[in-house]
Amino acid sequence: MTDFDPALRTALAKRQLLRGGLSLGALTFLTGCDVSDNEAVQRALHAISRWNDRVQAALFNPNRLAPEFDDRLAHYPFRYNAWYPEEKSPKLDVSTYRLALGGKIANKTPWTVEELHDLPQVTQITRHVCVEGWSMIGMWSGTPLRTFLERVGADTSRRYVGFECADGYYESLDMPSALHPQTLMAFQLANRPLPPRHGFPFKIRVATKLGFKNPKWITAIYVTDRNPSGFWPDRGYNWFSGS
Amino acid sequence: MSVTVHEQHHPWPLRIAHWTQALAILIMIGSGWRIYNSVPIFPFRFPETFTLGGTIKHTLSHSNDPGVANAIAWHFAGMWLLGAAFLLYLLYGLLSGHFRRDLLPVGPKSFVRDFVAAATFRLPHTLGVYNAVQRAFYWGVVLSVTMMIASGLAIWKPVQFGWLTALFGGFQGARLVHFLFMSALVGFLVVHLALVALVPKTLVSMITGHVRETMQAPAE
Ligand code: HEM
Repeated sequence: MTDFDPALRTALAKRQLLRGGLSLGALTFLTGCDVSDNEAVQRALHAISRWNDRVQAALFNPNRLAPEFDDRLAHYPFRYNAWYPEEKSPKLDVSTYRLALGGKIANKTPWTVEELHDLPQVTQITRHVCVEGWSMIGMWSGTPLRTFLERVGADTSRRYVGFECADGYYESLDMPSALHPQTLMAFQLANRPLPPRHGFPFKIRVATKLGFKNPKWITAIYVTDRNPSGFWPDRGYNWFSGS
Repeated sequence: MSVTVHEQHHPWPLRIAHWTQALAILIMIGSGWRIYNSVPIFPFRFPETFTLGGTIKHTLSHSNDPGVANAIAWHFAGMWLLGAAFLLYLLYGLLSGHFRRDLLPVGPKSFVRDFVAAATFRLPHTLGVYNAVQRAFYWGVVLSVTMMIASGLAIWKPVQFGWLTALFGGFQGARLVHFLFMSALVGFLVVHLALVALVPKTLVSMITGHVRETMQAPAE
């Protein structure tokens, strides 16, 4: 092999190149399409994604705040986003709505909308970044999730907070992100009650995570040590998805 | 009649760095294009064939997603490969003297001279010697990959690396820079492949590590 004839080598290389030609890249990608659907590749990508969860948890600084913007930059109306059209989004009834609590929480009494609205509120103007690439600045007002978790006696030494939604969606946060000062139970958008299409009676606004980590139409909150995953993470998206 | 011998050596760290970077960049472009296609920032989309993320029909029926989940998984796996290969390349280039010996100097004068010669097809290719246009080109790639990594980190972590995002003029600025240097890399790739097709010997040396060429000067 070592004293392979250079002229032959060059000829071979030339032929290879002509065959592959400049579509070398094209070929890689043609096979690449099938590559992604392959089981073993899926497993490998999944393993790297779990590693990326850990890297992001290590990078997360609980005291670092997402940039806040001037209120003139806040959009209203805000972009609607779900895997189904707006007309199909849940319309929850104030009189029958109850927020259920579960897992490692001392006081699991369900909450009505009025009781939730009596909680102390803060306002933030932050950028909502969607995993697909678009982003929009919005103004959200609500109760820091931390305040709520402390009030109901949640065991914040546990690892995750899980959420269930009226449309079948589900999501979860690592405890440090759940306790971050900019993680809110958002009752208002641009100083108006949160419209049904954006998650009435409230959504979880997480300024340090991608949009799909901000579940809407919350019906249950629970605290657990077992990672509850999420709707999109179960469809291949990275679970931590921190900003 | 005189005989001159030109040789090109590519030691193994350089070859490993080259091919892993090539693979990583193809992964990053392919997956980046699939991500781009989900919400394009310009009025066009990249052909699905050239993107990485699985058969759209398959992923749609399987997980209600046009392969963007796959593409993002590829992108954030590829970034480690790219980072490692690029680091190896930089360390090797600096420590072995490859940058100093083969890629410097690049003055504007020599660049213009070689550029004009190349444009008029009068620039001879000497195996093992990079002309000024090539040198400038390779530095352009180093710059582009650096900018891709920096702007990539800025859009991946606009809170944790907020200072970096601010350097790009904010999230949208970083996204635009990410797109622009991707385009630069694609441009480089096209020219690079075309040049390799013209002088295939260089491909041989990038694979085997060594190639020599014997030139016979015309009889006097
Ligand atoms: C050669 C290297 C790279 C190429 C060619 C590349 C290409 C692309 C392209 C074309 C997009 C879609 C642009 C858009 O729609 O806005 C993209 C998105 C992105 N890239 Fe890269 N990229 C590279 C390296 C990196 C690196 C090193 C990172 C590091 C973290 C990174 C992080 C991202 C992120 C966070 C997004 C946005 C993903 C989303 O919208 O969810 N990229 N890339």
